[in-house]
Amino acid sequence: MTAKPRLAVFKFASCDGCQLQLLDVQDRLLELAGRVEIDHFLEASSRVVPGPYDVGLVEGSITTGDDVERIREIRRQCRFLVTIGACATAGGIQALRNWGRIDDFLAAVYATPETIAALATSTAIADHVPIDFELRGCPIDRGQLLDLLTAVLLGRKPHVPGHSVCMECKSRGIVCVAVAKGIPCLGPVTQAGCGALCPAHDRECFGCFGPSESPNLVSLTGLYERRGTPRESLVRLVRSFNAAAPAFRAEGDRLEAGE
Amino acid sequence: MTEVRRFHVKSLARVEGEGSLRVRVVDGAVEIAEFSIYEPPRFFEKLIRGREIREVPDIVARICGICPVAYQLTACEALEKALGITVTSDIRRLRRLLYCGEWIQSHALHVHLLHLPDFLGVESGFALAATHPELVNRGLRLKAIGSRIMEVVGGRAVHPVNVTVGGFYRAPAAADLRGLVADLEWALVAAIDLVAEVSRCDFQGVPRDYDGVCLRPAVGYPVDEGRIVSTSGLDIDAADYDRHFSERQVPWSTALQSVMLPDEKPYLVGPLARVNLCRDRLPPAARLAAETSGLDFPLRISSHSIVARAIEIVAACEEALTIARDAMADISPCRIEYVPRAGAACHATEAPRGLLWHRYEIGADGLITGAAIVPPTSQNQGMIEADLKTMLPGVLGLDDAAATLACERVIRDYDPCISCATHFLRLTLDR
Repeated sequence: MTAKPRLAVFKFASCDGCQLQLLDVQDRLLELAGRVEIDHFLEASSRVVPGPYDVGLVEGSITTGDDVERIREIRRQCRFLVTIGACATAGGIQALRNWGRIDDFLAAVYATPETIAALATSTAIADHVPIDFELRGCPIDRGQLLDLLTAVLLGRKPHVPGHSVCMECKSRGIVCVAVAKGIPCLGPVTQAGCGALCPAHDRECFGCFGPSESPNLVSLTGLYERRGTPRESLVRLVRSFNAAAPAFRAEGDRLEAGE
Repeated sequence: MTEVRRFHVKSLARVEGEGSLRVRVVDGAVEIAEFSIYEPPRFFEKLIRGREIREVPDIVARICGICPVAYQLTACEALEKALGITVTSDIRRLRRLLYCGEWIQSHALHVHLLHLPDFLGVESGFALAATHPELVNRGLRLKAIGSRIMEVVGGRAVHPVNVTVGGFYRAPAAADLRGLVADLEWALVAAIDLVAEVSRCDFQGVPRDYDGVCLRPAVGYPVDEGRIVSTSGLDIDAADYDRHFSERQVPWSTALQSVMLPDEKPYLVGPLARVNLCRDRLPPAARLAAETSGLDFPLRISSHSIVARAIEIVAACEEALTIARDAMADISPCRIEYVPRAGAACHATEAPRGLLWHRYEIGADGLITGAAIVPPTSQNQGMIEADLKTMLPGVLGLDDAAATLACERVIRDYDPCISCATHFLRLTLDR
């Protein structure tokens, strides 16, 4: 390779927590900064070099008309586009507004809502432009981010598992919170990546990393319902940080419709 | 002939979130100085209505990836008041430790990667690493130690999973807490050095007698509780916040701006306000570092905030060290149980960027019926604009690029967290 790959980081509606992971890799940060040209990363640098870029990392969801235009231009400027985090991959917690009326949300927050531009929905980046890869999580995992960047530098496939948190939990030897404690847990249907963090803290997985491959949500929520968890509570469980991810969205809607 | 100059920074760099700056000067008089927040709103106060009490700390954490603990703990304390429960002193100490971790990582990030580049004339922390590698590496290690505290107590640094209403899901292992001691001993010394170094920076800006606002607890430095006090003599309970402060919508921003009543004046929150108002409450090493900094208190220039942040890193390391050293056994219980019931309460804590105020209402079914959140950056917005208007006449002799940079520097002095500022609500509650 003759020139260093050019990296760009972009932000849409989000908390900044995923791009912050890039600044939290400690000694690896400066090593990384030496291997790529960080040409657009507003949160960390005043140096902005126009595209095109080799790799674009996109955090956040699409919530305004301007966002729709901006992500299209970013797609044109980035050879390899990666969405990072639940906002970018599924619309994030702010996608809860997809189930309400935007006017109610605006009126609840602002005295003169007409000066605020907001779409009725919060949607994933992939709903607007094709993407090349996605990193799940709320937030993403630092290790997965470093692996992804290394993979891009080396031209290999990133090591991102498609299996469930349940598998990570078993391999860590954590006592199952769903079986032993009767706590409704999304571990069996959530993609691995966190290392079963929540069950390791004696609590339920709430689906930060979104649906795993081929999740059987109907079976899982059915089990929890038979064991006494109210249906409204199960709707809330699947409607959080990845509420609009297709498998979670479908299950929330099915439960709510009373099917 | 009328001379009109415009400066427009479309995307501010080295701040968290998306903001811009618009300045218009007509015949040497500053007509407009607007610090505009265009980050789209995410409507948090609305979307937590109808959620369960236990879900609130996880949801409000997502307001900010840099200070999630501030949101989680403010929410927990407010909800605990509404539920009529009190946590044990052991839980309170672990919460302080977690909060100290957040202060250390947030301040270390801002000081080294976002703010110092301005003083040393470079574009980023990456560029700084080439010229001052030991400085940047020390900063990254300080930040990592703050993050490590958050991992040990909270499970992870961004959006901790272990925080719940009533305490913690699982007691952090006492051995893991004591395992923080060696790093914290290093961090304390590093932070004391940092205060001495940043105190020698070239502080630009116009001195101002800030009306600072922060918490002042019965004992100790303000972190997780206290009365709200101000330089101008305010001394109120957090419950009376909305009688003394008000938020207003301005057309150039998606964040509401706060003002102090009755005069609707801007005010200052954050490290500078805290150090100025509570210097007598700093733990010994932090107080000594402040006293030997060579600076006169109260600090009166916005760029002095880099010193205030460094002093607070010392204070947070000192307090964290005490708590980690004293961890002899896993705390038990780690969580106080509660019975959901109707109620309402508010609470304020000191986020790294300043006063953070929450209010919640719980319905008879145990679900949230209303919420209001006032983050620090929306409170500082008015003061940032006032500072810009004060300093602009002094930089009009510079070319546009230099004048614009001077404006950007003032904004970065405040460490604005724009992501936090764009989703709060006037106190209008659904009934």
